Amino acid sequence: MCTTCGCATGEVKIEGQDEHHHAHWHVHEDGAAHSHAQDGVASTKYRHVQDAHEHIHGDHAHPHTHDHLHFGLGAAHSHASGMSQSRMVQIERDILSKNNDYAAQNRTFFAGRGILALNLVSSPGSGKTSLLVRSITELKQSIALAVIEGDQQTTNDAERIRATGAPAIQINTGKGCHLDAHMVRQALPGLELLNESLLFIENVGNLVCPAAFDLGEACKVAILSTTEGEDKPLKYPDMFQAARLMLLNKCDLLPYLDFDVKLALENARRVNPAIEVICVSAKTGEGMADWLAWIARERTALLEKRQGNALIHYG
Amino acid sequence: MHEMSLAEGVLQIIEDAARSQKFSRVKTVILEIGKLGSVEPEAMRFCFEAVMHGSIAQGAALEIIELPGSGWCMQCAMNVPMDEKYGACPQCGSYQVQPVSGTQMRVKELEVE
Repeated sequence: MCTTCGCATGEVKIEGQDEHHHAHWHVHEDGAAHSHAQDGVASTKYRHVQDAHEHIHGDHAHPHTHDHLHFGLGAAHSHASGMSQSRMVQIERDILSKNNDYAAQNRTFFAGRGILALNLVSSPGSGKTSLLVRSITELKQSIALAVIEGDQQTTNDAERIRATGAPAIQINTGKGCHLDAHMVRQALPGLELLNESLLFIENVGNLVCPAAFDLGEACKVAILSTTEGEDKPLKYPDMFQAARLMLLNKCDLLPYLDFDVKLALENARRVNPAIEVICVSAKTGEGMADWLAWIARERTALLEKRQGNALIHYG
Repeated sequence: MHEMSLAEGVLQIIEDAARSQKFSRVKTVILEIGKLGSVEPEAMRFCFEAVMHGSIAQGAALEIIELPGSGWCMQCAMNVPMDEKYGACPQCGSYQVQPVSGTQMRVKELEVE
């Protein structure tokens, strides 16, 4: 929480950065707008009024509520001389437009550098981090890569990734249930990403909210594990609809489970007929070659696009 | 889903507009929410009040205009009304229905002073 004004825009912490990294704007009663600086210096001129709906007229004060009547552009209850008249302001903006603006900036950043960014989404416990550790171990000799880790608390996952030798930065979303494009943007300078590298963004374990927040990634990769239900794609359709690829993880456990792979794939395709599926096991390595080949194809496509369809070979 | 974040998105849009349009108080916020969007109107109402607290929209009334949904059914090759995002076509029962309208979640207008 911001200690200057008490506003809560989340308690996002990005490793290596001042905790109070967000600047924010306020507009005061007199119309003056100002931003709070990062050093937390309190403004002496403006104080926040907790109940903005109370005004004082000479010798009496009255709070007022308003109904939904509108008479043209004026409020239905304008009542005192000198009071400003209400007016209607057309906005017509998507609620997610701020996030989408930041996502577009991130996408431009990645495109300009030929960076393939993948947004990995799943429930908690699907094996995302284990899968990443295995993927990094197999890829790090041939491709420069880095990881952004999202969790509500702890730097455990970033530490697991760093143990492989790959650079990783942890974003703690605090009260937040998903990463947003602004958090990713703030984390990017700390990673010093190389041109034509691979960026894995491991989202907060949550099959609901991350579906709606574009981070500027090339695509979302949903991870479903065989210890979950086959009906997860039907229960949480937004996520499987938003993903281009579904990795079915923990396939090594299939002999011991009642999990119906065919049914799970049918359910995923019911919400997203175009979804691609690869069965993998981060433990035994089953299917890893297919997953890594998928990444290689995506990188090739991205780099060819960047170089104007020139054919590129890489190691 | 995540209506708290969406309410914060609404507040950011309001604060942007306050700077460009020079107003200091918001009395009514009018949202357009499509039936096939990712917002539960009731959850939005719940979060709205909490998120607007302490802002220039504290105490503002929230009006939600719910817009109907429709989709393109590949089997019927026509637009059909849709009540839920991943619902079946009301004509043929197929799930191959692509939402066409009703996915909006927008701040339409504000009553300000």
